Amino acid sequence: MADDAYKPHASRDDAADFRYHRNAFVVMMALFLVAPTIFYPVFVMKALCFALFACAFNLLLGFGGLLSFGHAMFLGMAGYVSAHAAKVWGFPPEIAILAGTAAATLLGVLAGLLAIRRQGIYFAMITLALAQMIFFLCLQAPFTHGEDGIQAVPRGLLLGMFDLMNPYVMYYFVLAIFTAGFLLIYRIVHSPFGQVLKAIRENEPRAISLGYRTEQYKLAAFVLSAGIAGLAGATKAIVFQLASLTDVHWTMSGEVVLMTLLGGMGTIFGPVVGAFTIITMESYLAELGSWFTITQGAIFVVCVLAFRRGIMGELEAWLKRRRIG
Amino acid sequence: MTFKRKLVSAAILALAAGAANAQISGNEVKIGVLNDQSGTYADLAGPGSTLAAKMAVEDSKAILKGMKVEVISADHQNKPDVGSAIARKWYDSEGVDVIVDVPTSSVALAVNQITKEKGKAFLVSGAASSDLTGKACSPNTIHWTYDTWELANGTGSAIVKTGGKSWFFLTADYAFGHALERDTSAVVVKEGGKVVGAVRHPFPTSDFSSFLLQAQASKAQIIGLANAGADTTNAIKQAAEFGIVKGGQNIAGMLVFLTDVHALGLATAQGLIFTTSWYWDMNDPSRAWAKRFAAANGGKYPTMIQAGVYSSVLHYLKAVTAIKSDDGTKVIAEMKKLPTDDPLFGKGMVRADGRKVHNGYLVEVKKPSESKSPYDYYKIRTTIPADQAFRPMSEGGCSLVK
Amino acid sequence: MSEIFGVPIQVLFGQLLIGLINGAFYAMLSLGLAVIFGLLNIINFTHGAQYMMGAFAAYFLLNKLGLNYWWALVIAPLAVGASGMVAERLMLSRLYKLDHLYGLLLTFGLALVIQGIFRNEFGSAGLPYAMPGQLSGARNLGFMFLPNYRGWVIVASLLVCFGTWFVIERTKLGAYLRAATENPAMVQSFGINVPRMVTLTYGFGVGLAGFAGVMAAPIYQVNPLMGADTIIVVFAVVVIGGMGSIMGAILTGFGLGVIEGLTKVFYPEASNTVIFVIMAIVLMIRPQGLFGSR
Repeated sequence: MADDAYKPHASRDDAADFRYHRNAFVVMMALFLVAPTIFYPVFVMKALCFALFACAFNLLLGFGGLLSFGHAMFLGMAGYVSAHAAKVWGFPPEIAILAGTAAATLLGVLAGLLAIRRQGIYFAMITLALAQMIFFLCLQAPFTHGEDGIQAVPRGLLLGMFDLMNPYVMYYFVLAIFTAGFLLIYRIVHSPFGQVLKAIRENEPRAISLGYRTEQYKLAAFVLSAGIAGLAGATKAIVFQLASLTDVHWTMSGEVVLMTLLGGMGTIFGPVVGAFTIITMESYLAELGSWFTITQGAIFVVCVLAFRRGIMGELEAWLKRRRIG
Repeated sequence: MTFKRKLVSAAILALAAGAANAQISGNEVKIGVLNDQSGTYADLAGPGSTLAAKMAVEDSKAILKGMKVEVISADHQNKPDVGSAIARKWYDSEGVDVIVDVPTSSVALAVNQITKEKGKAFLVSGAASSDLTGKACSPNTIHWTYDTWELANGTGSAIVKTGGKSWFFLTADYAFGHALERDTSAVVVKEGGKVVGAVRHPFPTSDFSSFLLQAQASKAQIIGLANAGADTTNAIKQAAEFGIVKGGQNIAGMLVFLTDVHALGLATAQGLIFTTSWYWDMNDPSRAWAKRFAAANGGKYPTMIQAGVYSSVLHYLKAVTAIKSDDGTKVIAEMKKLPTDDPLFGKGMVRADGRKVHNGYLVEVKKPSESKSPYDYYKIRTTIPADQAFRPMSEGGCSLVK
Repeated sequence: MSEIFGVPIQVLFGQLLIGLINGAFYAMLSLGLAVIFGLLNIINFTHGAQYMMGAFAAYFLLNKLGLNYWWALVIAPLAVGASGMVAERLMLSRLYKLDHLYGLLLTFGLALVIQGIFRNEFGSAGLPYAMPGQLSGARNLGFMFLPNYRGWVIVASLLVCFGTWFVIERTKLGAYLRAATENPAMVQSFGINVPRMVTLTYGFGVGLAGFAGVMAAPIYQVNPLMGADTIIVVFAVVVIGGMGSIMGAILTGFGLGVIEGLTKVFYPEASNTVIFVIMAIVLMIRPQGLFGSR
């Protein structure tokens, strides 16, 4: 999905970029720290989980140029595993979340080995096919309880001390997870590994001719993305005390594309903005029934036609023009 | 952290004290209608249920004596995660005191859990699972209109008694379908019939031809449809096309609503037999209410779910005004204590396990020639008395029953 | 009676025929997708919504204008095709220079909008559409009871599918179309209005979806969501057949209908998933699809 959304910068821009990212990060964290006192905490937690999910997806699409149409399988599978671990095996929440993340990572390795051999639309299709199979598995496997999902998952005591039933304790725990995942993605993108990934996105044959084993890089990016998406799903299951089929359904894979596209793919903060926008709309328009679907579709159309860089992409481009001009 | 915790618990205490003083939290009773407003079940519950709740509030004016009651609604999209998120938000931050309707068993079970945790009230009209008054029963939930056991028992035993001894099931492959198949099979076997086979179809399915062919090959006398909504109407429509009924087999819809019959048209649906808890053309008060409802609902007549929402909200408000409190657990206890009496379902009661009991009706869909007016669709064949219509309390395994 | 894996042979024949009928729908829908992809390089996610629009068009023609099924078969595809051409001119035409994935995202959004609007207007329970009198009834084939209408579905879809294949692969018009996808500038220089041709092609592909919608109206409920899940199955059919391959789409459509039909006998729960399993396998072994050339 090579596009002008993310142009490689000249090195003198790097310092300015870093300053921009640092300042934006400080603003974002400040907002998140006070958010639960203003907004309903569960709502912000939900948005944070989806923001992390979208960031993980963006790692693959925005920086790796690979459009997966089956990312819901990682979100949903991790949710099921962590819910099962917490409810049936009685694991403490942090271990349950790790178990979910590990399951998604493992699934990422398997799916990645199959999918990265294909490109473009074929890559999207094979991820869709795999996700449909995972959906079927989740529908049929007894431990997922089919349509009912795994309900009444205990939140438990974090590290044996903090009671997660308290909404504020839960909130700051989720925020810590989000921040860790977010910084990890930032680190990956700005590492030599991330640079190679961007080179592959821009021109894979050239990257191959420079001696990079592009398949291994793509696989690594796929597995990282799957793992972080799993982290988001596992956390979400603990927050909502529920793991359900919605999170493995293909429409969820579509939704994360929408969040990333709207926020700005290939930008660091875009997916966060996109996820918050969509989740906010979803809660406000819930009363309006199918108007939500219509609005969602209209946003897709507008983004693709007029707004391909997304909210943060446009904003960054504007900042850059100002900086230069 | 400990300081923060103290702060929070102090705040909670203050809130609780405030509520105790005011009796009615937030000085108003807030009713949340949570159902499918846009999907498969939007017509049989959806905005019509919201309307029914509002009508109930209007009709309770005399006993409310100026007490403020607000009705809000939301779309759960038939997804347990969406539904439970809305329920949590309503209880935590929007001051909702009672959630009503909630079709789709998986969502109802999730809301049931949350309601119990938060000590609020939950009046189920739309959901079918008899687990709500069985192993999942709660002191905060009343299951109002119908359940899988009622449908299975009413339809199953009536058909076996009239000679439909061998059954084949087309079952929607999810919890609700399985429950319906399980409950009906038990009745069929108990009454001396037998189940010759079943096929589980994915949910939802638009093409039933393959499954119908299997049902045809089974040579069963009765093909039981353990599914709902569009699955049921599609299966019935296609059964007509494949000449199932002409070939001597009969279809038994386990869960059929007025809106389904309307969508099928009488030409296709005629002769279908099933159980319902309420029908608008049963008696004068029901007819009068249905006409009022239809006038405000674009001419669409009420289903039993919508009637159940009306009736349950009436009774809820009666209990609230009786004890002058909207505390969920207390109101539900009061609702169980007060005998029920309303224009639609007549006299009845709420059992200790949360089951509202009233008569059931075995109905047959009219021939096009017998239908005299819009929505004149059913003939009532048998009335199943209230004490036989629902599962005996002792068999449900509800922990509230000693 | 002889049996295969516990299933009587006669029943199996019946199931094969049923599979073929469902395959006819897959074939008509995937054909439209393949034509659009082959000539426009757009992955038309709106196809399912356009299929639904065809069924609704038939419903309105019958109930509002009193025009019967046969009129609907002609008018509905034209109307749906025309609406598609408007969408192509206004929106899709701006995306041809971009990556395929943008086309997919745009049409995905359009599908959500269209389905949402229909759901708002008409609810979701579905509207009935009466079987045309000439095609009601059924005949006994010995091994099964075949409704006349289902027989007609096979005949009509075979006619449409092979007609389309013939036009595109064997006529001069088809040759222009194919040339235009390879090198639009060259074809333009022959004095052919390539953008108009592209618009008409999109309209035709979408019209095929509308046609399939009319065909479906008498046997399935006319329902705003009838295309929502069908579309990803049809996608899989196109991918398996080879993106853009006309013959591939037709044969795969029928073939997968049969395979799905057999799955419904032996493992019905999996009948929605089997096509994706096949798609994954095909993509692994033969990424260009069974009939694809590249």
